[in-house]
Amino acid sequence: MNAPTLPTGREAFEPKRPTSKDVAWCPGCGNFGIRNILISALAELGLKPSQVAIISGIGQAAKMPHYINANGYHTLHGRAIPIATGVKAANPKLTVIAEGGDGDMYAEGGNHLLHAIRRNPDITVLIHDNQIYGLTKGQASPTTMVGMKTPTQPWGVFEEPFNPVALAVALNASFVARTFMGYFKESVEIIKKAIQHKGLAIVDILHPCVSFNKVNTYAWYREHTYWMDDHDPYDREAAFKRAIETDPLPLGIFYINKKPTFEENVSAYRRDKRPLWQREPKLDLVERFFESKKL
Amino acid sequence: MAEFKEDVSIVLGGAAGQGVQTVEGILTHALKESGYHVYANKEYMSRVRGGINTTEIRVSSRRVRAFVKRIDILVPFKQGVLTWVRDRLSENTVILGERENVEDEFLEKVNLVEVPLTKMATKVGSQLYLNTIAAGVIVGLFHGDFKAVEEYLRRRFGAKGENVVQKNLEAAKKGYELGVKLCEEGTIAVEVQKDESVKDEVLLTGTEVAGIGALAGGMNFLSFYPMSPSTGVSTFAAQHAEEFEIIVEQVEDEISAINMALGAWYAGARAMVSTSGGGFALMSEALSLAGMAENPVVIHLAQRPGPATGLPTRTMQGDLNLVLYAGHGDFPRIILAPGSLEEAFYLTAEAFNLADRYQVPVIILTDQYFVDTYYNLPAPDVGKVKFERHIVEAKPGYRRYELTEDGISPRAVPGYGEDVVVANGNEHDEWGDITEEAEMTRRMQEKRAIKKLKTVRRNAPLPKLVGEENAKYLVVAWGSTLHVIEEALDKLGRDDVALLHFSWVYPLNPKTKKFFEGKIVIAVENNITGQFADLLKKELGVEVHHRVLKHDGRPFSVEEVLDALKGVVE
Repeated sequence: MNAPTLPTGREAFEPKRPTSKDVAWCPGCGNFGIRNILISALAELGLKPSQVAIISGIGQAAKMPHYINANGYHTLHGRAIPIATGVKAANPKLTVIAEGGDGDMYAEGGNHLLHAIRRNPDITVLIHDNQIYGLTKGQASPTTMVGMKTPTQPWGVFEEPFNPVALAVALNASFVARTFMGYFKESVEIIKKAIQHKGLAIVDILHPCVSFNKVNTYAWYREHTYWMDDHDPYDREAAFKRAIETDPLPLGIFYINKKPTFEENVSAYRRDKRPLWQREPKLDLVERFFESKKL
Repeated sequence: MAEFKEDVSIVLGGAAGQGVQTVEGILTHALKESGYHVYANKEYMSRVRGGINTTEIRVSSRRVRAFVKRIDILVPFKQGVLTWVRDRLSENTVILGERENVEDEFLEKVNLVEVPLTKMATKVGSQLYLNTIAAGVIVGLFHGDFKAVEEYLRRRFGAKGENVVQKNLEAAKKGYELGVKLCEEGTIAVEVQKDESVKDEVLLTGTEVAGIGALAGGMNFLSFYPMSPSTGVSTFAAQHAEEFEIIVEQVEDEISAINMALGAWYAGARAMVSTSGGGFALMSEALSLAGMAENPVVIHLAQRPGPATGLPTRTMQGDLNLVLYAGHGDFPRIILAPGSLEEAFYLTAEAFNLADRYQVPVIILTDQYFVDTYYNLPAPDVGKVKFERHIVEAKPGYRRYELTEDGISPRAVPGYGEDVVVANGNEHDEWGDITEEAEMTRRMQEKRAIKKLKTVRRNAPLPKLVGEENAKYLVVAWGSTLHVIEEALDKLGRDDVALLHFSWVYPLNPKTKKFFEGKIVIAVENNITGQFADLLKKELGVEVHHRVLKHDGRPFSVEEVLDALKGVVE
């Protein structure tokens, strides 16, 4: 057996590969903060990079797998959730995180989010919500506020912003939280709880886009959010009431609903706990099937 | 008196919901158990109730595996059936059934053998027993083994209670006695020899072999969105999920289905999606992700006529170009199209080894005709299925996209080994991180689209030649048309016409070219342009001289192929 040669703790998750230190985010981007929060959360949970799989969609947020040392799959716009679901289903021993921006999770991947809530895989969905499309240079996203003018909405956005928290509570999601990445310690705690939660955990992470969103800045988020100190996350009605508050936006864990996960519901792991890659075809059962077809 | 020898084609027709499928089940099982070779195929309308659905059942002294246009005995359960199959009737066709189900215009032209099915059913207790009675009559005509009917009915209706079983048995018995009587009094005579060895064979459908082949190949994850005619394979998998300890999930759309399967493969599962053309169209985005990320995946595509919704319940070999070109950018893929049920079993199992070895999408093309085809065959040899696992451990310094001579990078899965596995749909370096560097882009493009494709192509098996190597004419076919053409060639009875059948459709081994040298090539395809003929030209530079094409949503019949070939060969 090889003795462990790789570092542990926070250091283990720091970028190591030749180009993974060449970070494509703008100076001052909220994504840096989210990366730090995530690395701290993973390290504090005592995880190893080989046990974690970060599955991302497309966009600046989705570049995360390259800037954290963990298993990663940088996939397609909007498709991180079904891919992460497949990863977790194939190997429930992995800690699986689906990551992407507000376009990834709420626009292109909106349908997958709805059905992931119904399916309840034990994955953590982190949405980098900066209320704008950054990588395509500043178009409105599903969470852009009404009235904001952009190059493609020169008349100002008139669509009502998507409310992911209210949606998730309405669909009886398993774990729903919102944080602002400017609050480091609190965000680490929320993400740790989300990862530890058994079932689908959705964390809407507010963060500024310093290049294209001149409205929702660091200062704006501090002024327009507050922490829910007196909230019982097991009370769905209370969670919904909080979820539909718009200004200031409540932060914290809105709702927790303990229910069986997708992996617990499928028959694949009832007797056999091994991940799927360790299994072989059951040729004896194939033989038996043909036997039954003789009538 | 009507006489049928050696090979009888029986067609039952009725409305959806009238139980034509039940009759098909009883007949194929009971007649096979009685020692007859059987074949069945159905055609049906895209609706839940009403319309006209028909099932053809061939009962033969010799192995039969192909659709014939000819109808020897027609059992209509409602008016309109005769009109629907008008061009399949001949003066020898016997209509077995009730006068009210025969339109007036046919009364003088056909041999009607009246049997009071409804009256008999009512006597047993309900109109519902009509189809069981009809099945009984036909088994009786063949002096089949009634015990087999009994066994089948017990299995089929056992869950509904003893009373339902008894009533059905009574109905079948009454029908059986009538069938025997029709023979004894000389109204109908059938003479088909029994072959005792048939009893030890299995009776399977295309749907079942695709499903069980996948399980034999180690499939342990299937995600799907229902779509005719592919749904049967997903249903099959779902019904065996518990026993085989696999995951089968019906998801929100085809996009999710294939992405989930990609995720599962990334983590080391053997995943499949089952769909049809329209569903596959939605999957093409993820198909190019599979190409770029070198993520294995197995896709079963049961073809139906397109474009768009086309004809949902009918058949065509029209999606070859779709699977050949789906996805943007250049990346290799493997396309398979089994011709026989045996082949479908082995090929589907092998598809998982291929996907695992080459890390490419492997597409298995069937079609409505194929998945709905039944026949008896010796049980496939499960011992011949080889399970190959191509997974390596992620040791420190592991590079997911290591550049290699043959274009195949060792694939590790997350959680096996100390290091991490980074996959990427963006252009990437050897570690899987994004690159925009020109040289690395060039090398990665070359690795996927040239080196890897070359490796797959070099190892591609050759097509199957049926007939003489030096035949003057070479009929070329792929996928589900195999047996129909085989039987047509058998009837044509000429040594100078051979058949070259492709079940490995793409990429083609360059050695394949030798089969075509100096031949007059005739492509037979169930589509309007001859998609495979075009592929032969593109891949091998082979010229196809004649194209026999069919594009009305129906399968080729033996007669049609025979006529067409007669028109081409001297």
